[in-house]
Amino acid sequence: MNSGDTAWVLISSALVLIMTPGLAFFYGGMARKKNVLSLLMQCFFIMCLIGVQWVVYGYSLAFGPDVGGIIGSLDWAFLHNVGLKPFDGYSKTIPHLAFMVFQSMFAVITPALIIGAFAERIKFSAFVVFTLLWATLVYDPIAHWVWGNGGWLKDLGALDFAGGIVVHVSSGISALVMCLLIGKRIGYEKTAFAPHNLPFTVLGGALLWFGWFGFNAGSALAADGIAANAFVTTNTATAAAGFSWALLEWIKDGAPTVLGVVSGAVAGLVAITPACGYVSPTSAIIIGIVAGVICCLAVTVLKQRLGYDDSLDVFGVHCVGGTWGTLATGLFAQKVINEGGADGLFFGNPQLLLNQGIYFISCIAYAAAMAWVLFKLVDVLIGVRVEKKDELIGLDLTQHNEAAYTVLE
Amino acid sequence: MKLIVAIIQPSRLEEVKQALEDANAGLMTVTPVLGRGRQKGITEVYRGAKEIGSLLKKIKIEIACSDDFVEPTIEAIIKGARSGEIGDGKIFVLDLSDVVRIRTGEHGREAIG
Repeated sequence: MNSGDTAWVLISSALVLIMTPGLAFFYGGMARKKNVLSLLMQCFFIMCLIGVQWVVYGYSLAFGPDVGGIIGSLDWAFLHNVGLKPFDGYSKTIPHLAFMVFQSMFAVITPALIIGAFAERIKFSAFVVFTLLWATLVYDPIAHWVWGNGGWLKDLGALDFAGGIVVHVSSGISALVMCLLIGKRIGYEKTAFAPHNLPFTVLGGALLWFGWFGFNAGSALAADGIAANAFVTTNTATAAAGFSWALLEWIKDGAPTVLGVVSGAVAGLVAITPACGYVSPTSAIIIGIVAGVICCLAVTVLKQRLGYDDSLDVFGVHCVGGTWGTLATGLFAQKVINEGGADGLFFGNPQLLLNQGIYFISCIAYAAAMAWVLFKLVDVLIGVRVEKKDELIGLDLTQHNEAAYTVLE
Repeated sequence: MKLIVAIIQPSRLEEVKQALEDANAGLMTVTPVLGRGRQKGITEVYRGAKEIGSLLKKIKIEIACSDDFVEPTIEAIIKGARSGEIGDGKIFVLDLSDVVRIRTGEHGREAIG
């Protein structure tokens, strides 16, 4: 047991927690006035829902004793056998409970990322049921495959430092499936849905950047050199991506925008997530610049071409950014940085890129298929989309009986 | 000269603007307002305290026009705002005694368009 490591992981857990309300403001600012509370509510409610689910059975499914490489058993349900002593299978220097709570924050934010895709038109009851099913049947198994002892992808040799696939690609592809199935918002393409409060989006983006240091550097599970490397590459890639997105907009549309620079920063955070503990700061600059450019193109060109209504661009930022980060890890990883990692293509080892590809395809296919099944299931059970009248009035009043802003006084 | 005041659903604003433009009556002032007609409101609840039938957000459009533009303007507003459901809104037509264009000081019909 190491007190420095334990302190860092506990602080990192708190840092990752603040990302979810940060995400709520990031999304809430982009929505229309009548729906801002629904987004804040969905994010906050996930903290409450998954915060309990994780302790009751989620952690056991994801990290508990392996069953056939596919899922954890229920032996650790209600944190049975998860105690104050380290569990050597995951981390030798911190209490098992600290590892558990750090992982719980990832389980919370991952389903929260999806809500941007079906924002402004989902029934709250359907959202709750879908989220619980998705966390149980998509997140927990994928987390087990990749991070759980005995998981079938863990020994493949693919690298994912802090969850590029487990968190961002799985939620990003599910988001695409959800927005295709739920359909466009009323008036989409006819009316411009201008963000109602961009300062909220900037605040949310800043909280995400801040919290992401816990997400990425905390994933070292130790207060050591690899954590410092992850910290530096995270900051560098984020800065480079915010810069490149804004620059591209400047060239393309004549002005750099606030929404653009913040979106770029988030794209950079996503892209560096799988790579941060394995690549050098110089590689991080390249990863960030490319992330800003391709995510900007995904959001401004690809989305228009294909005509899907991913309200707050979960697919364009998280799935596209996470995919690039996963492949970039296969290109730029260096054993010199992290002995536990591997060399990438640019450092003489093409095998890693292949492993990253297998890893990516198996997870994205599973998440997409399951999102489709779960949407259909919830749609039959309770109906996913709100009625037209409710969508026009807004989700705040019709789903929560509240309004974010008073007009008189 | 008349002053036409229309209260419509916020979601129909784009359609109404388009219909007015098509009818060559595109000059208007738009304000977000709160109100309640037969649609009633939605009960809001804050920590258990209920605010029954609270007011709903609407859009108010004001258009000043000469008499021959009154009917086309009303028709355009109806075309854009009608969904057939309760809560579509109302149109009020008021007599307008004078209009002054601030820039030139013109009065009446010269100032209206």
